[in-house]
Amino acid sequence: MLMRLISGDRPRSRILTLVLLAIFLGLLFAPFLFPGVRALETAARISIFILLAASYDLLLGYTGVVSFAHTMFFGMGAYGVGLASQHMGRGFGPLILGSLAAAVLAAALAFIIALFSLRVRAIFFAMITLAVASAVAVLVSQLSSITGGEDGFTFQIPRALGPANRMGEVMGVNITGKILNYYVVFFISLALFFVLLRIVNSPFGTVLKAIRENDFRAEAIGYRVVRYRTIATCISAAMAALAGSLFALWLRYVGPETTLSFEIMLDLLLMVVIGGMGTIWGAAIGATVMVLAQTYLQDLMGSAADATMAIPMLSRLLDPDRWLLWLGVLFILSVYFFPSGIVGRLRGGR
Amino acid sequence: MSAAPDHRPRMADLPLGERIAKAMPVLLVPILLVLGFLAIGNPSSWLTLTVSGLAMGMMIFIMASGLTLVFGLMDVINFGHGAFISVGAFVGISVVLALAEWAQAPSLLLNLGVVLLAVLAAMAITGMLGWAFERVIVKPVYGAHLKQILVTVGGLIVIEQLIHVIWGPDEIFFARPEMLKGAVTFWGAALEKYRLLAVAIGLVLFVVMRLVFRRTRIGLIVRAGVENGEMVEALGYRLRLVFIGVFIAGSALAGLGGVMWGLYQEVITAGMGEEMMILVFIVVIIGGLGSVEGAFIGALLVGLLQNYIAFLEPKLALISNIALLTAILMWRPQGMMPVVKAK
Repeated sequence: MLMRLISGDRPRSRILTLVLLAIFLGLLFAPFLFPGVRALETAARISIFILLAASYDLLLGYTGVVSFAHTMFFGMGAYGVGLASQHMGRGFGPLILGSLAAAVLAAALAFIIALFSLRVRAIFFAMITLAVASAVAVLVSQLSSITGGEDGFTFQIPRALGPANRMGEVMGVNITGKILNYYVVFFISLALFFVLLRIVNSPFGTVLKAIRENDFRAEAIGYRVVRYRTIATCISAAMAALAGSLFALWLRYVGPETTLSFEIMLDLLLMVVIGGMGTIWGAAIGATVMVLAQTYLQDLMGSAADATMAIPMLSRLLDPDRWLLWLGVLFILSVYFFPSGIVGRLRGGR
Repeated sequence: MSAAPDHRPRMADLPLGERIAKAMPVLLVPILLVLGFLAIGNPSSWLTLTVSGLAMGMMIFIMASGLTLVFGLMDVINFGHGAFISVGAFVGISVVLALAEWAQAPSLLLNLGVVLLAVLAAMAITGMLGWAFERVIVKPVYGAHLKQILVTVGGLIVIEQLIHVIWGPDEIFFARPEMLKGAVTFWGAALEKYRLLAVAIGLVLFVVMRLVFRRTRIGLIVRAGVENGEMVEALGYRLRLVFIGVFIAGSALAGLGGVMWGLYQEVITAGMGEEMMILVFIVVIIGGLGSVEGAFIGALLVGLLQNYIAFLEPKLALISNIALLTAILMWRPQGMMPVVKAK
């Protein structure tokens, strides 16, 4: 049963298994283990970003295609739910309709982009996605009558998922709609994560890996490389849109800063690279590490900057606003020295 | 004895249609100019817009030329190119600010001297930075596109953040040198002086580059290297050295473009290189990877189209570049003048 759930793709390392179990149990019991608003916020972010990173890994790690438009699809999902809820009133109907419509739209857009770029050479894809994503980001912040511009907009979700919905006490924790909302986010992410795991371990996923290793040979054996790459792009875009929908549902807010910014794209790249490209498990670990680091390490940097106030250059380097600098350095180093990421290391340097 | 085969070779020109198709990329710019004229209808606004479009196009071309050559020569796609644009702008503008007395003096000679010094400083720094970048960031990942993209994006972020560390987190506003402010009136059209200067610099640079590529030995080697690197190496040239030279020159040109763009906008931010990279990528793709001429035409098209559309239908200006990219790729999937083959 368990093997079928994870599609026979075992972690293949004892430590890795333990870490993954810890992440799973930690997220499953997050409202009870780690009380407090911030902890719950972090847990929800981790769940969503595991899904997002896993969907990106399908593209980057399994297909060997670099996309810079993944946050665009993520944002499409978020705006889909937001706009649907805003215009159709609060309720579960708009949520479902909005997220499904956004996912379909994201897949369609991914298909068009792939058609234009992957047909010629895979490297076009990176450049064109960058151009399209930035154009969309500008468009979203300009069309403020629809999207709320730079500020974004808040919207209402069903009462059952709001903090006002009290449902009694379990183990000394007040079960509110907020916690219910967390479990909606968590279980949908988990289910979609297993779907992705299923996809990469299917014959389709095997072909993707073959294309990544040697596209010329894959084509020669008789697989239509462009078709496989395009399908992978569409699946990954749709998954990203669904992750975006969950994010919007959790935040009850959408805005360009939280969904479309290049910084999120960079975080995503780092999650996949640090965790280990080409393993969905790696995405889970990478996302957890990155979100935790972002939430708790930036405070540490702030205090380090305060402590080194006397040394002019150093305190500027340690400023929490320079978080990206260290991320960039870490990113370069991990591409050089740990191309197989944490998972690759744990599996024994393969 | 066998007789000569019974056919008469004829010297025939290509049919007109094929000749037009061949020259089409070059014809696109005049066509766009005419269409713009028809759509705008007012000669003086058209002239103003055309000059600003050409100026913008020239600046984008300066930034894009290095990138396209680097890709053509070594199959290296450098996402960090944008960082050189930003660094160039910051170094150059620092020089302009440091020599504020010269810049404010109402003397054309002193003003141009400031700009020249700024440009030289920016090009020197970005050239050296390019050399270091090639050594540290790009060299270890030759031949692996995926890693190249990842690592150069990392490099872009790091350099951009270092700009924040050195020059502070805010954007810098400044004024252009005195004599480059304002506009001259020509046939009722107001033409900004600085834009005319930018067009002139861009044109001179393009002509010089073309001469270097067509008339000199090193240009020949570079062109041959883009078309078939292995063959050039087999003939005994060390293409790696050529490549490093081109990388440094391309980075210096990005720095030049950065200074010019900074002076054009009169404000510089660390993120400006990243923003320009979007346009640069579009230009490089529609021009055809590895083609300097293609990048030139592409840059002019992007600049002109953006200015015309911004005048005619401001809301559409945001997506005009993407529309142009889509149209060109539908017409020629490899870009207008693809040079790089079989890589």
